[in-house]
Amino acid sequence: MHHIVLERWSRGASALHRLDPRAKIVPLLALLAALATARHALPEFSAAVFAMLCAALVAARIPLFAALARAALVLPFAVVFAAVCWLSGDPARGLALALKSYLSALAVLTVVATTPLPVLLRGLELLRVPLFLLTVAQFLYRYLFVISEEAQHMRKAAAARGTPARPLESAGARFRAAAGALAVLFARSYGRAQDVHRAMLARGFTGRLHPLFDLRFRPADAAFAALASLAPVAARLAIERIR
Amino acid sequence: MKRPVIEARDLRFRYADGAPALNGVNFRLDEGECVALLGPNGSGKTTFVLHLNGLLEGQGSIEVCGLSVERRNLPAIRRKIGLVFQDSESQLFMPTVLEDAAFGPINRGMSRPEALERAMAALKTVGMEGSAARAPYHLSAGEQKKVAIAGILATDPEILALDEPTTFLDPPGQRALAELLGALPQAKIVVTHNIPFALALCRRAVFFEGGVIVADGPVDEVVSRFGWEFATAAARPRR
Amino acid sequence: MDVAAVPAVGYMVRRAQRGFDDAKVPLLGVMGAFVFAAQMINFPVGIGTTAHLLGGALLAYTLGPAAASVTMASILAIQALVFQDGGILALGPNMINMAVAGVLAGYLPFYLWGGGRWRRASIFAGGVLSALVSAVLALAELLISGVRMPLSILAVSLSLFLVAAVLEGAITVAVIGALEKIQPNFVRQPRQGRPFALGAAALAGLLLAAVGVLVAAAAPDGIQKLGIQTGIASRAQALFSTPFTGYQAAFLAAGWQRKTLGGLAGLALVYGACLLFGRAVARKRSA
Repeated sequence: MHHIVLERWSRGASALHRLDPRAKIVPLLALLAALATARHALPEFSAAVFAMLCAALVAARIPLFAALARAALVLPFAVVFAAVCWLSGDPARGLALALKSYLSALAVLTVVATTPLPVLLRGLELLRVPLFLLTVAQFLYRYLFVISEEAQHMRKAAAARGTPARPLESAGARFRAAAGALAVLFARSYGRAQDVHRAMLARGFTGRLHPLFDLRFRPADAAFAALASLAPVAARLAIERIR
Repeated sequence: MKRPVIEARDLRFRYADGAPALNGVNFRLDEGECVALLGPNGSGKTTFVLHLNGLLEGQGSIEVCGLSVERRNLPAIRRKIGLVFQDSESQLFMPTVLEDAAFGPINRGMSRPEALERAMAALKTVGMEGSAARAPYHLSAGEQKKVAIAGILATDPEILALDEPTTFLDPPGQRALAELLGALPQAKIVVTHNIPFALALCRRAVFFEGGVIVADGPVDEVVSRFGWEFATAAARPRR
Repeated sequence: MDVAAVPAVGYMVRRAQRGFDDAKVPLLGVMGAFVFAAQMINFPVGIGTTAHLLGGALLAYTLGPAAASVTMASILAIQALVFQDGGILALGPNMINMAVAGVLAGYLPFYLWGGGRWRRASIFAGGVLSALVSAVLALAELLISGVRMPLSILAVSLSLFLVAAVLEGAITVAVIGALEKIQPNFVRQPRQGRPFALGAAALAGLLLAAVGVLVAAAAPDGIQKLGIQTGIASRAQALFSTPFTGYQAAFLAAGWQRKTLGGLAGLALVYGACLLFGRAVARKRSA
């Protein structure tokens, strides 16, 4: 499954991996802001951003083509908008949308592929994102694949029961069967949530969430953050001036 | 004379729908002792265990390590007795093995470095220190069980309570678990249907039936008395 | 858009935290995982087509609107970060559309009429609204950002949204029905006997706001004309002229700013409606 690849990438040991997550999140936000508001000279700016991100991926020893392909997962969504723009007689805007979508996805991927999720969440926590929300996301990720597997088992079991002979009749029955399967999955998930809570209590959970991690922000992190935040902004100003 | 670490007197409990689950359980566990809880499904074994750390509250009295099981003592009690649940997937709820093992110590208020040290030591005890950075989802059932035990050991308990620990394990895994547990000095309560496992690990067994304990003695005696021998070598194949 | 998302999600998170303690975290997380996994289960809806659950309404009816919002927000975040699904630039708008507006819009009919004879109908309506409001807001945001859409495409999009919304309603009501058979207290029980007029007014207000945003986005000049006719524009001009004499001409003369103002006004309407509604729910709960 895809997530395994991302998890493997995020456990690398390059200098980029070892940076404090905050030193990666802040430049990411700067880049996204610069990208989202870019209007003039977009092709040149996009090329500059693309080059920067590819350089980062290579430096982090992430397989480049695999990463570029994975970022393209965002495209089906953007292509729909682009098509609408094109049909409305404004192809330039459509292209701009698709380009921004892809590059922003690539930028996010660069950060996520060099930072294990728990560390990323801790970085966000230190940047004042509510701990409640982050911990919900942490538990979500933890049990995402467990419950997806259960859902898959249920689908296979349903398929194994054979397809009904008459298609028209079956649509309504199959609809109700799917609803029943979902309800069962809900009940199982709810039960699991209660089991998790019980296990937490049994190990001393007092009702207060504890910060996830210890992080130390070093001068090297600050230097990288400053440089990486300024780079896209400087690039854009330079390109727009030249144009 | 060994001191008791668990003393339960006339423990009674009813579920919310009124169904009786425990009808006057009397039980005693001594320091370092290992007891197997046997009995049919629904006889109250797991329900009983859930009372030991206050996850369920019934009538009667329970004392764990000299402390009465009531709200104000729960933090201390949950440090003294560690529960290993049947489903390890729900027990290992943190993103990595190391964080999960450190959950107990951190929730005690231990400092982060100390908690991580305890966690690593516990993982070494169960032989899983190499998997510290792995996600629990990727572990095998046997590995998960070991990490769950490590999570309990990290708080330095006096009693380990395990609910059907061999359920998802293959025979070699069961053997390894018996060896691991046998080497631990803590007192142990093992709810199980796995008779060879019980025989390998425990000297004493109690038999639950209808919410009460109806027998208490050496494992093989209790087993043969109630015809619980299907899984043992003593069972004869049907003709 | 991201700027508006931050306070909206922050408000919901704070509401959720006030309503229950950190002990609910595993519940929300696991049920978020459930929704993710549930989107894999296919509901046959005709020859060769299948639909799947979006989940906002279902979560609201079982966990409550605040918890549902937080759960939807984490689902969207994980989708964007880990699965590169939906795009990070759209995360802010998505949060408002789906995690805030969609959940609240879905909960409204259930809150009003879920306690009485119209339970199934209100569940269906909630499912429809949650999907419809999210989609309409997304469309409006697209128009505001300057994407031009000929009427034909607009009409096609809206009819597709309506179909998807009806499917969401049908799936939601079917799943809730099945859930109640397994365990009735999975699903909340709102109070009975709410005044019909109040409910209808609130619902109408919400629909008008959503439509208003769409219209404002699609035809900003109309709003401007309306503003001039009612004298609002000139009054606003006067307000701005006193301390900012030098800037006001430039400010109101720029074309795209007028359009944005119109669109933003509509959005503020919806946001305000959601905020007020959320506060009303919280007050009722603590009463």
